[in-house]
Amino acid sequence: MARTHVSANINGEEVEFLCDQDASLLNALRDDVGLTGVKEGCGTGDCGACSILLDDRVTCSCLVFAPEVDGATVVTVEGLASGGHLHPLQQCFLEGAALQCGVCTPGFLVAAKALLDRNPDPTETEVRYALAGNLCRCTGYDKIIRSVLDAAEAMRAGAAEATEEGAHP
Amino acid sequence: MITGADFPDPAEDGGRPDDVFQSHNIMARDKVLYEGHVVAAVAATTRKQAQEAAAAIEVDYEPLDFVLTVDEAMAEDAPLLHDTLITRNIDPPPDGPSNVASRIAHERGDLDQGFAEADLVIERTFTTKPVHQGYIEPHAAVADVGESGRAHLWCSSQGHFSIRTQAAKVLAWEPSRIKVTAAEIGGGFGGKTVIYLEPLALLLSTRAGRPVRLVMGRDEVFRASGPTSGTSIRVKLGVAADGTLRAADVWMAYEAGAYPGSPVGAAGMTGLACYDIPHFQVEGFDVVVNKPKVAAYRAPGAPMVAFAVESVIDELAAGIGMDPIELRLKNAAVEGTQASYGPKFPRIGLVETLEAIRDHDHYQAPLGPNQGRGVASGFWFNAGMNSSATVHVNEDGNMTVVVGSPDIGGSRASMGLMAAEEMGIDVGRIQAIVADTETVGFNDVTGGSRVTLATGLAVVEACRAIKDDLRARAAKTWDCAVDEVEWVDGQAQHTAGSEAPLSLADLAAKSGRTGGPISATHSLNARGVGPAFSTQLCDVEVDPETGEVTILRFTTAQDAGTAIHPSYVEGQMQGGVVQGIGWALNEEYIHGDDGRLENPGFLDYRIPVASDLPMIDTVVVEVPNPAHPYGVRGVGEVGIVPPLAAVANAIAAASGCRMVDLPISPPRLLDAINRRDEGR
Repeated sequence: MARTHVSANINGEEVEFLCDQDASLLNALRDDVGLTGVKEGCGTGDCGACSILLDDRVTCSCLVFAPEVDGATVVTVEGLASGGHLHPLQQCFLEGAALQCGVCTPGFLVAAKALLDRNPDPTETEVRYALAGNLCRCTGYDKIIRSVLDAAEAMRAGAAEATEEGAHP
Repeated sequence: MITGADFPDPAEDGGRPDDVFQSHNIMARDKVLYEGHVVAAVAATTRKQAQEAAAAIEVDYEPLDFVLTVDEAMAEDAPLLHDTLITRNIDPPPDGPSNVASRIAHERGDLDQGFAEADLVIERTFTTKPVHQGYIEPHAAVADVGESGRAHLWCSSQGHFSIRTQAAKVLAWEPSRIKVTAAEIGGGFGGKTVIYLEPLALLLSTRAGRPVRLVMGRDEVFRASGPTSGTSIRVKLGVAADGTLRAADVWMAYEAGAYPGSPVGAAGMTGLACYDIPHFQVEGFDVVVNKPKVAAYRAPGAPMVAFAVESVIDELAAGIGMDPIELRLKNAAVEGTQASYGPKFPRIGLVETLEAIRDHDHYQAPLGPNQGRGVASGFWFNAGMNSSATVHVNEDGNMTVVVGSPDIGGSRASMGLMAAEEMGIDVGRIQAIVADTETVGFNDVTGGSRVTLATGLAVVEACRAIKDDLRARAAKTWDCAVDEVEWVDGQAQHTAGSEAPLSLADLAAKSGRTGGPISATHSLNARGVGPAFSTQLCDVEVDPETGEVTILRFTTAQDAGTAIHPSYVEGQMQGGVVQGIGWALNEEYIHGDDGRLENPGFLDYRIPVASDLPMIDTVVVEVPNPAHPYGVRGVGEVGIVPPLAAVANAIAAASGCRMVDLPISPPRLLDAINRRDEGR
């Protein structure tokens, strides 16, 4: 079968790849692009382990055909760290023991980033509802929720510092 | 393509019954026993081609009668799953086959006398449904069998040595033919201790002469891989007016799925283990039904019987007007108590967990309308078993700890911490890895809450051997007796202080001149297991209009022995609790009248999500295990034992409805509320 050519901005880079016409974005990211941070837990959009940002919206990559992302912007967990520095969410997950097996973690990080991008000061309840589409069977969610709240606080403090530095150069 | 005909059949070769069951479970022979029972496997060059080929297989099925519950399976003229299954441990043995694979029994004292001594006796029958371990990562395996016949298998499991043993047995290969590399595991909870895909992939690769990958879809995980048992449990308990438990009568039937092997034995041993009861009788049955063969699930067998016993304990406390924690404290097993299952308990921490909950501010916090509070305790044995570890000192003085226990919850960090403690160096200088079956000695599965205890012990012993070696090398360097060298804070010191200390890095750099590379291996069958107890406290609110239950607050106190990595210990406690909450409120296998599973996906098999839950507060109780150098007990499993009853007891307090059938889903509770209001 002829392979389909797709161009997309993935994690800040213009990427071109070939995939089967009916390949899920999940499988194309893993097998054709080499981004294995997306995990398949169900293949039916119920578990969130394959979560990505598709044009800034949290999306299950198992529910999208890969050719659909032609021209779109995709962020996976591999795009969170930059310049050798972990994203505050990743740092807080590590320090807060917010993972055990880790298979759900990439999806949680992506979904949490989407939340904090639009709501930098969420309540515990808001975090719980924003992450309700991501299943974790190991942690009981406690340490995940705490780590997201910690990251939000760290990011607000970082933003305030940056603003202050900008005001008093 | 392969079918059952391509596998050796241990039933024809005089194989042990358990080997026959496992072989037939991973690939049906003449009889398909449940929906999801594999009948053939196909390999192709693309996933699509393989799916199309599998769909093109025509199977001639002759429909047979089936049984789905223990009641159906134990009925007089029930259709039989296995024509040769004779109930074990019944005297005299039955003359014909049945669906009851075995009976277990324990007893002590005089039951009639015990109930005669009681002032209040309550008897109830409870049921629970099969629930799945629900790991987020489905089963997967890659096999590559070379022309020489040597095989390399990559799979996600809780024990790659055990997978090697099991897969080799099914194929009638020597285990040493197979090298197994443990993939990072995406959750197991007991469900990844057994083979499903691995022998199929090995055989397909042998036939194809190519590497073969097999991956389960989520629906296949639900249909074909082990849930844990559905159960029916009758509990009768008698208490004296002063709160002492006098007698217990427990009857249990556990679904095994299609082949014998339910955890009813462990259930029988754990059910009364929290208490010192003078007169009791426990009887249990392992019953085959036409559902997937059950697999281990976190403290296998214990949560269901604890649900039953701890629910009746709660009613007894209310019945005699005693605080439920006080009643438990009055009867709690302590060091020296003859456990209901036989041995005398060593130092244990049940009382400490009860006191921790009693003294927690949660226990006195006010409740609102339609809200209620429940408490429950639980026990789990923990395990020791076989472990091996190898420790290397690298030439830069950093260390590598090589273990063979797959890390399902942070055990590499715990191994690193224990090695760091032994060696007196920063944990950042230690790398712990999980090695393949040819790189480290044999290890039993990561299960039984055993890894921190047993593999940890192997690491500690290997480190101690390295310290002895390092002291000898320092003594050689200083030309003094070994006795004059101490290992302190990561360096060799002369007891007289007459030599400049030699650090690990110093000694590593000179190792070539002092005897060669610095390395030690320790293998053991771990003894000194420390039993685990947990007591939990749950507040719920019941919506009387819908029957929906909201968990408002949850506190769990668990005896960890010594918490090696406290936040991972908390994580184990919290994870177990939340799995138990799901079991109590939502999760169940729903089978239709046609015997098919109707909810083989996470949408309809609803595990708890973040918005269902509050924070899970933890109290890590530390009553060190005196038989372990660091006091470790093991923390993985006991946390799932109490929550079923803690939730049900809270619901009873909130609604006045004593729920005896799990899950306590909204329709079921609403029905009970309506019957309560109608005075029925």
